[in-house]
Amino acid sequence: MDWMKILAAVAGIMMLFYLWPAYKHWSANSPKAEKGDWQSLLLPLGGVALLILVLIMSVQN
Amino acid sequence: MNRYETAISGSSIQTESANKVLKNTYMLLSATLAFSAVMAVVSIIVAAPPFTYLVSVIAAMVLGIFVLPRKANSTSGIGIVFLITGLLGFGLGAILTQYLALPNGPQIIATAFGGTGIIFLGLSGYALTSKRDFSFMGGFLMAGMMVMVLAIIANLFLNMPALSLAISGGVIMIMSGFILFDTSRIIRGGETNYIMATFGLYLSIFNIFIHLLSILGIMSDD
Repeated sequence: MDWMKILAAVAGIMMLFYLWPAYKHWSANSPKAEKGDWQSLLLPLGGVALLILVLIMSVQN
Repeated sequence: MNRYETAISGSSIQTESANKVLKNTYMLLSATLAFSAVMAVVSIIVAAPPFTYLVSVIAAMVLGIFVLPRKANSTSGIGIVFLITGLLGFGLGAILTQYLALPNGPQIIATAFGGTGIIFLGLSGYALTSKRDFSFMGGFLMAGMMVMVLAIIANLFLNMPALSLAISGGVIMIMSGFILFDTSRIIRGGETNYIMATFGLYLSIFNIFIHLLSILGIMSDD
């Protein structure tokens, strides 16, 4: 239904207006990543990606 | 008491306070997830139409942005968070009704449910045991979320299954980052309000479940 798409798009644009100040706040106030910080993300996020692949294979039979 | 003892005592008070916030957050999170599940079942029983999802999400979004932050420091904040999660649960039920109509729908739902549980427990466990500070991701996560919202708006009109898959994968990764970010903020004393902490973690879990459901739905043989 077209009205649903338009309503969802309006909600999405509202969300962007809400996220923008949060983005500016965190960009200005987040501590800078130190050596090894980004690498420490690889293990948990890699695990999540791997799990999703396993779940996809499990529903494909 | 000398300066060294004062510092240790201050640090122990901070840790105690962070542990209390963490405990309250997990208790409220469990209660809101259970309430959401009950509302989803109600929605399935009454066979809520698909547009219920959109209406519920918008109503929950308005409450979460405009009402919850003002009430989060009072007991009425707990009622608001239950209202939001109840609405989201009810909306989720409308989506689940559609999945249940698929031949392997119940399997897809159960797999997405189990996967979401494993992701949340695994990431929370990692953040709690590693005690790393993930607050450096703040700007990155917000920027990523904005890109995802833009892509979701574009795909409303483009209807590209490949883009839909990419969005779902991206949202799951960003929400996983938010779980690490929020949990590390709680244990380091960056978030002292357990109602807001619960809301943040609930949204991450909800989004992971919805997008995992979408990926499994697209990739399953049916």
